[in-house]
Amino acid sequence: MSKPKTMPPEYYELLEQIQAVDFALVELNLYLDTHPQDYEAIQQFNTLTYESKKLKKQFEKQFGPLMHFGRSYSNYPWQWDDQPWPWQV
Amino acid sequence: MWYYEKKLQYPVKVRECNPRLAKYLIEQYGGADGELSAALRYLNQRYTIPGKVIGLLNDIGTEEFAHLEMIATMIYKLTKDATPEQLKEAGIAPHYVNHDKALFYHNAAGNPWTAEYIQAKGDPIADIYEDIAAEEKARATYQWIINVSDDPELNDSLRFLREREIVHSQRFREAAEILKEEKDKKIIF
Amino acid sequence: MSHTHTKYYYPYVSPFDPCKPISPKSYVTPPQLYLGFQPPNLPQYDPKEALFRGTLWPALYSKYDKKGDRGDVNE
Repeated sequence: MSKPKTMPPEYYELLEQIQAVDFALVELNLYLDTHPQDYEAIQQFNTLTYESKKLKKQFEKQFGPLMHFGRSYSNYPWQWDDQPWPWQV
Repeated sequence: MWYYEKKLQYPVKVRECNPRLAKYLIEQYGGADGELSAALRYLNQRYTIPGKVIGLLNDIGTEEFAHLEMIATMIYKLTKDATPEQLKEAGIAPHYVNHDKALFYHNAAGNPWTAEYIQAKGDPIADIYEDIAAEEKARATYQWIINVSDDPELNDSLRFLREREIVHSQRFREAAEILKEEKDKKIIF
Repeated sequence: MSHTHTKYYYPYVSPFDPCKPISPKSYVTPPQLYLGFQPPNLPQYDPKEALFRGTLWPALYSKYDKKGDRGDVNE
């Protein structure tokens, strides 16, 4: 059995960038759930959604799919079940 | 349906192997005011609440699962390589003899999770006020865990989770205002 | 609206209390108790700082330190 490799520092850096953008999106999403008329907040939401997709594309190229069930592409062989899982890193 | 994303909502770091902290954290895993209760409470209430606040219950309920995963990560890291002797010293030998290192949905006192923790009255006002109270109770629980934890990196993640309870409470308070709103009247900021 | 995040009270102290009295005692009153329906266009943290604080808006941020640092006073 081969040991799973340790993730490089770039993994943590890029992941944290994604976590930051996605967190702002969670905040704006909950805010918009009670403020559906806030035009500027919706614009910011859409801008950050674009930003998030861009960062994830870059992340997935280096570290494999972030999502399953057809939300991310896979290389050969099947990458989804590669370690590490989020609780392991 | 739901999709899983292979990332935590917030980075979880633990400085030292300290299974005693896992014993406290399990309260937020399978306890009355824990993250499992929160997720299931909101997702269950959303079926019988006015449309104006369904989205909020749906989204906060979903975020709670991300918090549940953070708590699980903390417990996993705190106990992963602990020896049975260390677990015994930490006072979690009773958990060990039943579950080894497996996580189990129970509270810090060992009581298994029960659906009785999550009320659903079908009355929108009663349910939203229950949700506000649940967020404040979870916030308090995080405070008490931070008070007994001396791991600065773990406390950083716990402060994040405590702050989320505050924001959720804010949104539920707004939901209560939306439910009270008179027809054709705008909410004044 | 500005407000304090901590409130204090003085429990009755008996000469027969076995533990050293904590007086005053404190409890936390975070910003969601005061904000009301959140107004639009509040100032925001940038995304990285928002992540580390757990909220996008300074108006909802509540600092929490371990008890002992938070103002309970042992007489």
